[in-house]
Amino acid sequence: MVDGQTLYYRDSADAVVEHDLDGLRLVFHRPSGITHIIASPLPEIWSLLDEQGCSAEALWRQLSDHYDLEGDSTGLVQHLDALATLGLARLQR
Amino acid sequence: MKHSCMLSIGPASFRIGSPWRAPIDALRELYAAYPPVKSGIADYTVRLEPAGTGRRWFRPSIAIAGDHMLADAAPMALRHGLLAAEMGMNLQMALGWRRHLLIHASSAEKDGQALIMTGESGSGKSTLAAMLGECGWRFMGDEFALIDLVTGSIHSFPRLVSLKNAAIDVMRGIVKAPARFGPLMEATPKGDIAHLVPPADAILHMRDPAEPALLLFPRFGFASELRGVSKGEAFVRLTQASTNYVALGEAGFHALHHFVDTVPAMALDYANGEEALAAIDQLWEVRS
Repeated sequence: MVDGQTLYYRDSADAVVEHDLDGLRLVFHRPSGITHIIASPLPEIWSLLDEQGCSAEALWRQLSDHYDLEGDSTGLVQHLDALATLGLARLQR
Repeated sequence: MKHSCMLSIGPASFRIGSPWRAPIDALRELYAAYPPVKSGIADYTVRLEPAGTGRRWFRPSIAIAGDHMLADAAPMALRHGLLAAEMGMNLQMALGWRRHLLIHASSAEKDGQALIMTGESGSGKSTLAAMLGECGWRFMGDEFALIDLVTGSIHSFPRLVSLKNAAIDVMRGIVKAPARFGPLMEATPKGDIAHLVPPADAILHMRDPAEPALLLFPRFGFASELRGVSKGEAFVRLTQASTNYVALGEAGFHALHHFVDTVPAMALDYANGEEALAAIDQLWEVRS
């Protein structure tokens, strides 16, 4: 199932400081002062988001260009919602 | 406050005041070898106050107060005044210090490099640091390791070693100078406590930083085992062990990931101190 209505955004690049550590991505979120530790596939998904916004369907297509994905974008939406819950992504329905 | 003294410990200074003479006299005696506070202005004030009206004389009881305080902290008996002063100083550092990233850890230095040991209460990190301080290492502290926010160096905070329960007799067996021990305080909220004055070189060089070379997570009371700790695990455990990581914001983030990136980390389970010291010696010889 592909959700083409919801758009996902991330803050500007200078809102965060990133550092890779043993396969984990450390993200210091300047507006909140919170440090997030995210593991694959969240860093890969998160790195495709931008300030203009993107649907899950479009993101799924971008990811498919780089990875051998199976099924549909249902799991991707769950990961995007997880990023939104952390405050690393915003969504607009 | 009727009685007071100033203490200089590593980069921090304290003014301890109390209406009672005894805890201040005890501090003066045990901290006699420490350098004076040069500026005359302390970083923090700690007050050992009567816990309520009349409690200065009737069942004397201490409430720990100061620049930083915990609401509803349980009062302590006057006979545990030294422990109250130590807890008061720890509280100021934990809640107020911003010049370094503070890790709840002990540390010791050899050849200009520092071993940092962190773990939960009872892990033996204080005792191990005290033991190392008596066998060729420089004792740097048993409570806080201070990470320089710019250089990443470890700064020393060698206050009195706080020995608990069985560790008291362990150190009495090693340190043959009774004058270095404070009074035994029995049945405190932390068990039996006795303070130990650090070795002279720890005090003399307390403002000399050291480069971090090994991070150890000791755990006392388990069969001997050594395992590597991933950088991710080390980062998470150190954020939990830091009292000011959140307060320091981005500066703390950079200092901590630099530390974790550059300092190897190991977890050490051990059944007794000799076993742990032998393992530390081996690890130190093969460090990076």
